[in-house]
Amino acid sequence: MAEPASVAAESLAGSRARAARTVLGQVVLPGEELLLPEQEDAEGPGGAVERPLSLNARACSRVRVVCGPGLRRCGDRLLVTKCGRLRHKEPGSGSGGGVYWVDSQQKRYVPVKGDHVIGIVTAKSGDIFKVDVGGSEPASLSYLSFEGATKRNRPNVGDLIYGQFVVANKDMEPEMVCIDSCGRANGMGVIGQDGLLFKVTLGLIRKLLAPDCEIIQEVGKLYPLEIVFGMNGRIWVKAKTIQQTLILANILEACEHMTSDQRKQIFSRLAES
Amino acid sequence: MEEETHTDAKIRAENGTGSSPRGPGCSLRHFACEQNLLSRPDGSASFLQGDTSVLAGVYGPAEVKVSKEIFNKATLEVILRPKIGLPGVAEKSRERLIRNTCEAVVLGTLHPRTSITVVLQVVSDAGSLLACCLNAACMALVDAGVPMRALFCGVACALDSDGTLVLDPTSKQEKEARAVLTFALDSVERKLLMSSTKGLYSDTELQQCLAAAQAASQHVFRFYRESLQRRYSKS
Repeated sequence: MAEPASVAAESLAGSRARAARTVLGQVVLPGEELLLPEQEDAEGPGGAVERPLSLNARACSRVRVVCGPGLRRCGDRLLVTKCGRLRHKEPGSGSGGGVYWVDSQQKRYVPVKGDHVIGIVTAKSGDIFKVDVGGSEPASLSYLSFEGATKRNRPNVGDLIYGQFVVANKDMEPEMVCIDSCGRANGMGVIGQDGLLFKVTLGLIRKLLAPDCEIIQEVGKLYPLEIVFGMNGRIWVKAKTIQQTLILANILEACEHMTSDQRKQIFSRLAES
Repeated sequence: MEEETHTDAKIRAENGTGSSPRGPGCSLRHFACEQNLLSRPDGSASFLQGDTSVLAGVYGPAEVKVSKEIFNKATLEVILRPKIGLPGVAEKSRERLIRNTCEAVVLGTLHPRTSITVVLQVVSDAGSLLACCLNAACMALVDAGVPMRALFCGVACALDSDGTLVLDPTSKQEKEARAVLTFALDSVERKLLMSSTKGLYSDTELQQCLAAAQAASQHVFRFYRESLQRRYSKS
Protein backbone atom coordinates (compact mmCIF):
# COMPACT_ATOMS: atom_id res chain seq x y z
CA MET A 1 0.00 0.00 0.00
CA ALA A 2 2.75 2.42 0.85
CA GLU A 3 4.34 2.64 -2.59
CA PRO A 4 7.14 5.06 -3.31
CA ALA A 5 6.08 8.41 -4.60
CA SER A 6 7.48 7.69 -8.07
CA VAL A 7 4.75 5.18 -8.83
CA ALA A 8 2.10 7.66 -7.87
CA ALA A 9 3.82 10.21 -10.08
CA GLU A 10 3.48 7.98 -13.13
CA SER A 11 -0.27 8.17 -13.42
CA LEU A 12 -2.05 11.31 -12.38
CA ALA A 13 -5.38 9.60 -12.67
CA GLY A 14 -6.20 7.60 -9.62
CA SER A 15 -3.05 8.77 -7.82
CA ARG A 16 -3.32 8.47 -4.12
CA ALA A 17 -2.22 11.21 -1.79
CA ARG A 18 1.51 11.76 -1.41
CA ALA A 19 3.28 13.03 1.65
CA ALA A 20 3.88 16.76 1.44
CA ARG A 21 7.45 16.32 2.61
CA THR A 22 8.40 14.15 -0.34
CA VAL A 23 7.02 16.61 -2.89
CA LEU A 24 8.78 19.76 -1.69
CA GLY A 25 10.35 21.69 -4.54
CA GLN A 26 8.55 19.65 -7.20
CA VAL A 27 5.86 20.80 -9.56
CA VAL A 28 2.39 19.96 -8.25
CA LEU A 29 -0.81 20.04 -10.31
CA PRO A 30 -4.37 21.02 -9.31
CA GLY A 31 -6.27 18.10 -7.89
CA GLU A 32 -3.41 16.45 -6.07
CA GLU A 33 -3.82 15.70 -2.40
CA LEU A 34 -0.98 16.02 0.06
CA LEU A 35 -0.61 14.30 3.37
CA LEU A 36 0.72 16.15 6.37
CA PRO A 37 3.51 14.56 8.41
CA GLU A 38 1.47 12.87 11.16
CA GLN A 39 -0.93 11.31 8.74
CA GLU A 40 1.65 9.39 6.76
CA ASP A 41 2.66 7.59 9.92
CA ALA A 42 -0.92 6.61 10.48
CA GLU A 43 -1.27 5.19 6.98
CA GLY A 44 1.85 3.08 7.26
CA PRO A 45 2.38 -0.34 5.78
CA GLY A 46 -0.36 -2.78 6.42
CA GLY A 47 -3.09 -0.20 6.40
CA ALA A 48 -4.82 -0.80 9.69
CA VAL A 49 -2.52 0.35 12.43
CA GLU A 50 -3.20 -0.94 15.88
CA ARG A 51 -3.09 1.65 18.53
CA PRO A 52 -3.95 1.23 22.15
CA LEU A 53 -7.07 3.15 23.04
CA SER A 54 -6.31 5.83 25.54
CA LEU A 55 -8.92 6.36 28.21
CA ASN A 56 -7.95 9.90 29.08
CA ALA A 57 -9.06 12.48 26.59
CA ARG A 58 -5.63 13.32 25.26
CA ALA A 59 -5.67 16.14 22.80
CA CYS A 60 -4.74 14.71 19.43
CA SER A 61 -1.13 15.51 18.68
CA ARG A 62 -1.72 17.42 15.50
CA VAL A 63 0.67 20.11 14.46
CA ARG A 64 -0.86 23.35 13.28
CA VAL A 65 0.12 23.84 9.66
CA VAL A 66 -0.65 27.05 7.79
CA CYS A 67 -2.09 26.59 4.33
CA GLY A 68 -0.70 29.25 1.98
CA PRO A 69 -1.62 30.36 -1.54
CA GLY A 70 -2.43 27.57 -3.92
CA LEU A 71 -3.51 25.09 -1.24
CA ARG A 72 -6.87 24.38 0.35
CA ARG A 73 -7.76 22.26 3.32
CA CYS A 74 -9.73 19.22 2.24
CA GLY A 75 -10.71 17.08 5.20
CA ASP A 76 -7.43 16.68 6.99
CA ARG A 77 -5.36 16.76 3.82
CA LEU A 78 -4.17 19.58 1.61
CA LEU A 79 -5.66 19.94 -1.86
CA VAL A 80 -3.52 21.65 -4.49
CA THR A 81 -5.52 24.25 -6.45
CA LYS A 82 -2.83 25.94 -8.54
CA CYS A 83 0.07 24.62 -10.57
CA GLY A 84 3.54 25.43 -9.32
CA ARG A 85 6.37 24.35 -7.05
CA LEU A 86 5.50 23.27 -3.51
CA ARG A 87 7.40 25.20 -0.84
CA HIS A 88 7.63 24.90 2.91
CA LYS A 89 8.89 27.23 5.59
CA GLU A 90 9.74 25.99 9.06
CA PRO A 91 8.15 27.89 11.92
CA GLY A 92 10.46 30.54 13.30
CA SER A 93 9.81 29.79 16.91
CA GLY A 94 7.41 27.85 19.00
CA SER A 95 4.65 25.62 17.84
CA GLY A 96 3.24 24.94 14.46
CA GLY A 97 4.26 22.84 11.53
CA GLY A 98 5.22 25.81 9.41
CA VAL A 99 3.70 27.10 6.20
CA TYR A 100 3.14 25.22 2.97
CA TRP A 101 2.43 27.08 -0.23
CA VAL A 102 2.60 26.76 -4.01
CA ASP A 103 4.90 29.10 -5.95
CA SER A 104 2.95 29.76 -9.12
CA GLN A 105 3.45 32.18 -12.00
CA GLN A 106 0.53 34.54 -12.40
CA LYS A 107 -0.27 37.85 -13.99
CA ARG A 108 -3.58 38.73 -12.37
CA TYR A 109 -3.48 40.19 -8.85
CA VAL A 110 -5.96 39.29 -6.11
CA PRO A 111 -5.95 41.76 -3.17
CA VAL A 112 -4.49 40.45 0.06
CA LYS A 113 -4.59 42.26 3.39
CA GLY A 114 -1.32 43.91 4.27
CA ASP A 115 0.09 43.98 0.75
CA HIS A 116 1.72 47.19 -0.43
CA VAL A 117 0.50 48.08 -3.91
CA ILE A 118 0.68 50.85 -6.47
CA GLY A 119 -2.74 52.10 -7.52
CA ILE A 120 -4.05 54.67 -9.98
CA VAL A 121 -6.77 57.04 -8.77
CA THR A 122 -9.72 56.71 -11.14
CA ALA A 123 -12.59 58.54 -9.50
CA LYS A 124 -13.73 60.54 -6.51
CA SER A 125 -17.03 59.64 -4.93
CA GLY A 126 -18.38 60.94 -1.66
CA ASP A 127 -15.31 61.25 0.54
CA ILE A 128 -13.36 58.37 -0.87
CA PHE A 129 -11.21 57.83 -3.92
CA LYS A 130 -11.63 54.83 -6.18
CA VAL A 131 -8.21 53.36 -6.93
CA ASP A 132 -7.50 50.83 -9.64
CA VAL A 133 -5.13 48.18 -8.25
CA GLY A 134 -5.42 45.61 -11.01
CA GLY A 135 -7.85 43.37 -9.15
CA SER A 136 -11.44 42.54 -9.91
CA GLU A 137 -12.80 45.76 -8.43
CA PRO A 138 -11.39 49.19 -7.59
CA ALA A 139 -10.22 49.68 -4.01
CA SER A 140 -11.51 52.55 -1.92
CA LEU A 141 -9.16 55.05 -0.26
CA SER A 142 -10.47 57.54 2.23
CA TYR A 143 -9.52 61.23 1.98
CA LEU A 144 -8.26 61.16 5.53
CA SER A 145 -5.90 58.22 5.28
CA PHE A 146 -2.83 60.25 4.37
CA GLU A 147 -0.30 61.70 6.72
CA GLY A 148 -1.15 65.34 7.32
CA ALA A 149 -4.32 65.17 5.26
CA THR A 150 -5.89 68.54 4.60
CA LYS A 151 -8.29 69.94 2.04
CA ARG A 152 -5.41 71.21 -0.05
CA ASN A 153 -3.00 68.31 -0.27
CA ARG A 154 -5.20 65.66 -1.77
CA PRO A 155 -4.32 63.41 -4.68
CA ASN A 156 -6.06 64.11 -7.97
CA VAL A 157 -7.65 61.74 -10.40
CA GLY A 158 -4.87 60.11 -12.39
CA ASP A 159 -2.23 60.20 -9.64
CA LEU A 160 -0.22 57.17 -8.59
CA ILE A 161 -0.65 56.04 -5.00
CA TYR A 162 1.48 53.66 -2.97
CA GLY A 163 -0.52 52.21 -0.11
CA GLN A 164 -1.45 49.05 1.72
CA PHE A 165 -4.67 47.11 2.10
CA VAL A 166 -6.47 47.15 5.44
CA VAL A 167 -9.50 45.21 4.22
CA ALA A 168 -9.11 42.65 1.46
CA ASN A 169 -11.22 39.54 1.35
CA LYS A 170 -13.34 37.85 -1.23
CA ASP A 171 -16.66 39.19 0.06
CA MET A 172 -15.95 42.88 0.52
CA GLU A 173 -14.66 45.72 -1.57
CA PRO A 174 -10.94 46.18 -0.86
CA GLU A 175 -9.94 49.23 1.18
CA MET A 176 -6.51 50.75 1.25
CA VAL A 177 -4.75 53.42 3.28
CA CYS A 178 -1.55 55.40 2.96
CA ILE A 179 -0.67 55.48 6.64
CA ASP A 180 0.52 52.72 8.91
CA SER A 181 -0.98 51.80 12.25
CA CYS A 182 0.89 54.64 14.01
CA GLY A 183 -0.52 57.25 11.68
CA ARG A 184 2.74 57.89 9.81
CA ALA A 185 3.25 57.67 6.08
CA ASN A 186 6.26 55.37 6.19
CA GLY A 187 6.98 55.79 2.50
CA MET A 188 3.37 55.53 1.36
CA GLY A 189 1.32 58.23 -0.30
CA VAL A 190 1.24 59.92 -3.68
CA ILE A 191 4.11 58.99 -5.95
CA GLY A 192 5.86 61.99 -7.45
CA GLN A 193 5.89 63.41 -10.94
CA ASP A 194 7.51 61.82 -13.98
CA GLY A 195 8.91 58.34 -13.93
CA LEU A 196 7.47 55.32 -15.67
CA LEU A 197 4.91 52.80 -14.44
CA PHE A 198 4.95 49.36 -16.04
CA LYS A 199 3.52 45.96 -15.33
CA VAL A 200 5.33 42.67 -14.73
CA THR A 201 4.25 39.27 -13.44
CA LEU A 202 3.67 38.71 -9.74
CA GLY A 203 6.40 36.11 -9.52
CA LEU A 204 9.02 38.59 -10.72
CA ILE A 205 8.03 41.12 -8.03
CA ARG A 206 8.39 38.48 -5.33
CA LYS A 207 11.76 37.51 -6.73
CA LEU A 208 12.97 41.12 -6.80
CA LEU A 209 11.77 41.78 -3.27
CA ALA A 210 13.43 38.68 -1.83
CA PRO A 211 16.07 39.70 0.69
CA ASP A 212 18.98 38.16 -1.21
CA CYS A 213 18.17 39.51 -4.67
CA GLU A 214 21.23 40.84 -6.45
CA ILE A 215 19.36 42.37 -9.36
CA ILE A 216 18.38 45.51 -7.48
CA GLN A 217 21.86 46.03 -6.11
CA GLU A 218 23.34 45.71 -9.59
CA VAL A 219 20.77 48.07 -11.04
CA GLY A 220 21.49 50.58 -8.30
CA LYS A 221 25.16 50.57 -9.22
CA LEU A 222 24.34 51.44 -12.82
CA TYR A 223 22.40 54.67 -12.44
CA PRO A 224 20.98 56.59 -9.50
CA LEU A 225 17.30 55.79 -9.48
CA GLU A 226 14.06 55.81 -7.53
CA ILE A 227 12.02 52.67 -7.67
CA VAL A 228 8.74 51.54 -6.12
CA PHE A 229 7.51 47.93 -6.22
CA GLY A 230 3.82 47.15 -5.90
CA MET A 231 2.82 43.60 -5.04
CA ASN A 232 0.16 43.88 -7.71
CA GLY A 233 2.76 43.53 -10.41
CA ARG A 234 3.40 47.24 -10.96
CA ILE A 235 6.80 48.90 -10.82
CA TRP A 236 7.42 52.65 -10.93
CA VAL A 237 10.91 53.73 -11.83
CA LYS A 238 12.54 57.11 -12.27
CA ALA A 239 16.08 57.99 -13.30
CA LYS A 240 17.79 61.22 -14.30
CA THR A 241 16.98 61.09 -18.00
CA ILE A 242 14.16 59.50 -19.96
CA GLN A 243 16.58 57.21 -21.77
CA GLN A 244 17.97 55.81 -18.53
CA THR A 245 14.44 55.28 -17.24
CA LEU A 246 13.52 53.30 -20.33
CA ILE A 247 16.68 51.21 -20.13
CA LEU A 248 15.92 50.34 -16.52
CA ALA A 249 12.33 49.44 -17.36
CA ASN A 250 13.47 47.13 -20.17
CA ILE A 251 16.04 45.44 -17.95
CA LEU A 252 13.52 44.76 -15.21
CA GLU A 253 10.97 43.38 -17.64
CA ALA A 254 13.56 41.13 -19.25
CA CYS A 255 14.93 39.90 -15.91
CA GLU A 256 12.23 37.30 -15.75
CA HIS A 257 13.55 35.32 -18.66
CA MET A 258 17.27 35.88 -18.34
CA THR A 259 19.72 33.71 -16.48
CA SER A 260 22.12 35.46 -14.12
CA ASP A 261 25.01 35.17 -16.60
CA GLN A 262 23.08 36.90 -19.37
CA ARG A 263 22.11 39.60 -16.91
CA LYS A 264 25.69 40.20 -15.83
CA GLN A 265 26.71 40.51 -19.48
CA ILE A 266 24.06 43.14 -20.12
CA PHE A 267 24.97 45.09 -17.02
CA SER A 268 28.65 45.11 -17.87
CA ARG A 269 27.86 46.27 -21.39
CA LEU A 270 25.70 49.09 -20.07
CA ALA A 271 28.24 50.12 -17.48
CA GLU A 272 30.84 50.55 -20.20
CA SER A 273 28.72 52.75 -22.44
CA MET B 1 -9.98 0.48 -39.65
CA GLU B 2 -7.85 2.05 -37.00
CA GLU B 3 -5.41 4.53 -38.32
CA GLU B 4 -2.42 4.42 -36.05
CA THR B 5 -0.56 7.67 -36.12
CA HIS B 6 2.62 7.23 -34.18
CA THR B 7 4.82 10.23 -34.68
CA ASP B 8 8.34 10.62 -33.47
CA ALA B 9 9.08 12.91 -30.62
CA LYS B 10 9.66 16.43 -31.80
CA ILE B 11 10.28 18.53 -28.75
CA ARG B 12 9.50 22.12 -29.51
CA ALA B 13 11.80 24.94 -28.49
CA GLU B 14 10.76 27.77 -26.16
CA ASN B 15 7.71 27.19 -24.07
CA GLY B 16 6.13 24.52 -26.18
CA THR B 17 6.37 20.81 -25.69
CA GLY B 18 5.67 17.92 -27.97
CA SER B 19 4.54 14.49 -26.93
CA SER B 20 6.82 11.50 -26.90
CA PRO B 21 6.03 8.36 -28.88
CA ARG B 22 3.53 6.34 -27.00
CA GLY B 23 3.15 2.66 -26.51
CA PRO B 24 1.17 0.40 -28.79
CA GLY B 25 -2.57 0.49 -28.52
CA CYS B 26 -2.87 4.22 -28.02
CA SER B 27 -4.08 5.82 -31.18
CA LEU B 28 -4.13 9.44 -30.17
CA ARG B 29 -2.56 11.85 -32.60
CA HIS B 30 0.54 13.86 -31.88
CA PHE B 31 0.00 16.48 -29.14
CA ALA B 32 1.71 19.78 -28.63
CA CYS B 33 1.01 22.60 -26.24
CA GLU B 34 2.43 26.05 -25.74
CA GLN B 35 1.60 28.27 -22.77
CA ASN B 36 1.86 31.97 -22.04
CA LEU B 37 2.15 32.97 -25.66
CA LEU B 38 -0.19 35.99 -25.59
CA SER B 39 0.75 39.12 -23.67
CA ARG B 40 -2.70 40.62 -22.95
CA PRO B 41 -4.70 37.79 -21.36
CA ASP B 42 -3.91 36.62 -17.84
CA GLY B 43 -3.37 33.10 -19.15
CA SER B 44 -3.13 31.64 -22.63
CA ALA B 45 -2.41 28.31 -24.25
CA SER B 46 -2.34 26.81 -27.69
CA PHE B 47 -3.19 23.13 -28.01
CA LEU B 48 -2.44 21.06 -31.08
CA GLN B 49 -3.85 17.57 -31.72
CA GLY B 50 -2.67 16.25 -35.05
CA ASP B 51 -3.78 19.03 -37.39
CA THR B 52 -6.48 20.47 -35.12
CA SER B 53 -5.26 23.55 -33.33
CA VAL B 54 -7.07 25.81 -30.85
CA LEU B 55 -5.81 28.97 -29.14
CA ALA B 56 -7.27 29.82 -25.72
CA GLY B 57 -7.02 32.95 -23.61
CA VAL B 58 -8.30 33.41 -20.05
CA TYR B 59 -9.10 36.72 -18.35
CA GLY B 60 -9.85 36.64 -14.67
CA PRO B 61 -10.84 37.04 -11.96
CA ALA B 62 -11.86 40.42 -13.40
CA GLU B 63 -14.66 42.96 -13.12
CA VAL B 64 -18.13 41.82 -13.95
CA LYS B 65 -21.21 43.74 -15.01
CA VAL B 66 -23.74 44.09 -12.23
CA SER B 67 -26.37 42.36 -14.34
CA LYS B 68 -24.19 39.27 -14.67
CA GLU B 69 -22.66 39.04 -11.22
CA ILE B 70 -23.41 36.10 -8.93
CA PHE B 71 -23.21 36.94 -5.25
CA ASN B 72 -21.38 33.83 -4.08
CA LYS B 73 -19.28 32.61 -6.99
CA ALA B 74 -17.44 33.68 -10.12
CA THR B 75 -19.32 34.11 -13.40
CA LEU B 76 -17.68 31.90 -15.98
CA GLU B 77 -18.03 32.87 -19.64
CA VAL B 78 -16.78 30.98 -22.65
CA ILE B 79 -16.51 32.51 -26.11
CA LEU B 80 -15.70 30.27 -29.06
CA ARG B 81 -14.85 31.78 -32.42
CA PRO B 82 -14.76 29.61 -35.53
CA LYS B 83 -11.95 29.90 -38.02
CA ILE B 84 -14.10 31.61 -40.67
CA GLY B 85 -17.49 33.24 -40.52
CA LEU B 86 -19.52 34.48 -37.60
CA PRO B 87 -20.23 32.27 -34.60
CA GLY B 88 -23.47 30.35 -35.05
CA VAL B 89 -25.62 27.93 -33.14
CA ALA B 90 -23.04 25.12 -33.15
CA GLU B 91 -20.52 27.43 -31.47
CA LYS B 92 -23.08 28.49 -28.88
CA SER B 93 -23.82 24.90 -27.99
CA ARG B 94 -20.11 24.05 -27.71
CA GLU B 95 -19.58 27.14 -25.55
CA ARG B 96 -22.24 25.89 -23.19
CA LEU B 97 -20.67 22.42 -22.96
CA ILE B 98 -17.23 23.87 -22.25
CA ARG B 99 -18.67 26.28 -19.71
CA ASN B 100 -20.44 23.52 -17.82
CA THR B 101 -17.23 21.51 -17.71
CA CYS B 102 -15.18 24.46 -16.47
CA GLU B 103 -17.75 25.35 -13.83
CA ALA B 104 -17.54 21.86 -12.38
CA VAL B 105 -13.81 22.20 -11.95
CA VAL B 106 -13.03 25.85 -11.22
CA LEU B 107 -13.32 26.93 -7.56
CA GLY B 108 -15.62 29.85 -8.25
CA THR B 109 -16.53 30.37 -4.60
CA LEU B 110 -13.08 31.78 -3.92
CA HIS B 111 -13.81 34.78 -6.16
CA PRO B 112 -17.45 35.84 -5.79
CA ARG B 113 -18.75 38.72 -7.91
CA THR B 114 -15.96 38.42 -10.44
CA SER B 115 -15.87 37.11 -13.96
CA ILE B 116 -13.60 34.53 -15.50
CA THR B 117 -13.71 34.63 -19.30
CA VAL B 118 -12.29 31.91 -21.55
CA VAL B 119 -11.90 32.92 -25.19
CA LEU B 120 -11.20 30.14 -27.69
CA GLN B 121 -10.17 30.67 -31.29
CA VAL B 122 -10.19 27.76 -33.72
CA VAL B 123 -6.99 27.98 -35.74
CA SER B 124 -7.50 24.80 -37.77
CA ASP B 125 -10.10 22.09 -37.58
CA ALA B 126 -9.17 18.56 -38.58
CA GLY B 127 -11.43 16.48 -36.35
CA SER B 128 -12.12 16.18 -32.58
CA LEU B 129 -12.54 19.93 -32.26
CA LEU B 130 -14.49 19.90 -29.00
CA ALA B 131 -11.88 17.73 -27.31
CA CYS B 132 -9.10 20.05 -28.46
CA CYS B 133 -11.06 23.09 -27.19
CA LEU B 134 -11.44 21.45 -23.78
CA ASN B 135 -7.73 20.71 -23.57
CA ALA B 136 -6.77 24.22 -24.61
CA ALA B 137 -9.20 25.72 -22.08
CA CYS B 138 -7.75 23.61 -19.28
CA MET B 139 -4.17 24.57 -20.07
CA ALA B 140 -5.11 28.24 -20.31
CA LEU B 141 -6.91 28.15 -16.96
CA VAL B 142 -3.84 26.59 -15.35
CA ASP B 143 -1.63 29.22 -16.96
CA ALA B 144 -3.81 32.02 -15.58
CA GLY B 145 -3.60 30.65 -12.06
CA VAL B 146 -7.36 30.24 -11.66
CA PRO B 147 -7.90 27.93 -8.66
CA MET B 148 -9.21 24.53 -9.75
CA ARG B 149 -10.13 21.39 -7.90
CA ALA B 150 -8.79 19.13 -10.66
CA LEU B 151 -7.57 19.21 -14.24
CA PHE B 152 -9.78 18.05 -17.08
CA CYS B 153 -9.23 16.79 -20.58
CA GLY B 154 -11.32 16.09 -23.64
CA VAL B 155 -11.19 12.83 -25.59
CA ALA B 156 -13.19 12.17 -28.74
CA CYS B 157 -13.96 8.82 -30.29
CA ALA B 158 -15.78 7.68 -33.38
CA LEU B 159 -17.68 4.44 -34.03
CA ASP B 160 -17.79 3.36 -37.64
CA SER B 161 -20.37 1.06 -39.22
CA ASP B 162 -18.47 -2.12 -38.21
CA GLY B 163 -18.44 -1.05 -34.60
CA THR B 164 -14.69 -0.33 -34.57
CA LEU B 165 -13.64 2.34 -32.14
CA VAL B 166 -11.28 5.08 -33.30
CA LEU B 167 -9.90 7.51 -30.72
CA ASP B 168 -9.16 11.12 -31.68
CA PRO B 169 -10.77 10.83 -35.12
CA THR B 170 -9.78 13.02 -38.06
CA SER B 171 -12.51 14.93 -39.93
CA LYS B 172 -12.68 12.21 -42.58
CA GLN B 173 -13.20 9.55 -39.92
CA GLU B 174 -15.83 11.70 -38.22
CA LYS B 175 -17.78 12.13 -41.43
CA GLU B 176 -17.82 8.42 -42.22
CA ALA B 177 -18.55 7.34 -38.65
CA ARG B 178 -21.87 6.07 -37.40
CA ALA B 179 -21.45 7.93 -34.10
CA VAL B 180 -19.02 10.49 -32.66
CA LEU B 181 -18.72 10.77 -28.88
CA THR B 182 -16.74 13.40 -26.96
CA PHE B 183 -16.06 13.04 -23.24
CA ALA B 184 -14.57 15.41 -20.69
CA LEU B 185 -12.82 13.57 -17.87
CA ASP B 186 -11.32 14.89 -14.67
CA SER B 187 -7.84 14.12 -13.49
CA VAL B 188 -8.47 12.94 -9.92
CA GLU B 189 -10.48 9.79 -10.55
CA ARG B 190 -11.08 10.04 -14.31
CA LYS B 191 -14.74 10.69 -13.66
CA LEU B 192 -16.99 11.85 -16.45
CA LEU B 193 -17.64 15.61 -16.39
CA MET B 194 -19.37 16.10 -19.75
CA SER B 195 -20.38 13.98 -22.68
CA SER B 196 -21.56 15.13 -26.08
CA THR B 197 -22.59 12.49 -28.56
CA LYS B 198 -23.95 12.47 -32.08
CA GLY B 199 -25.23 9.43 -33.96
CA LEU B 200 -26.45 5.92 -33.31
CA TYR B 201 -24.85 3.62 -30.75
CA SER B 202 -25.82 0.96 -28.24
CA ASP B 203 -25.47 1.00 -24.49
CA THR B 204 -22.49 -1.41 -24.46
CA GLU B 205 -20.76 0.63 -27.15
CA LEU B 206 -21.15 3.73 -24.99
CA GLN B 207 -19.51 1.94 -22.07
CA GLN B 208 -16.71 0.71 -24.32
CA CYS B 209 -16.07 4.20 -25.66
CA LEU B 210 -16.06 5.63 -22.16
CA ALA B 211 -13.57 3.02 -20.98
CA ALA B 212 -11.32 3.67 -23.96
CA ALA B 213 -11.53 7.42 -23.35
CA GLN B 214 -10.61 6.97 -19.70
CA ALA B 215 -7.57 4.93 -20.68
CA ALA B 216 -6.55 7.53 -23.26
CA SER B 217 -6.99 10.38 -20.81
CA GLN B 218 -4.10 8.97 -18.84
CA HIS B 219 -1.80 9.87 -21.72
CA VAL B 220 -3.25 13.34 -21.97
CA PHE B 221 -2.74 13.98 -18.26
CA ARG B 222 0.79 12.67 -18.44
CA PHE B 223 1.39 15.08 -21.30
CA TYR B 224 -0.02 17.94 -19.20
CA ARG B 225 2.30 17.05 -16.37
CA GLU B 226 5.39 16.90 -18.61
CA SER B 227 4.43 20.16 -20.27
CA LEU B 228 3.95 21.98 -16.96
CA GLN B 229 7.11 20.55 -15.44
CA ARG B 230 9.04 21.78 -18.44
CA ARG B 231 7.55 25.23 -18.02
CA TYR B 232 8.48 25.49 -14.36
CA SER B 233 11.91 24.01 -14.82
CA LYS B 234 12.98 27.08 -16.78
CA SER B 235 12.44 29.55 -13.96
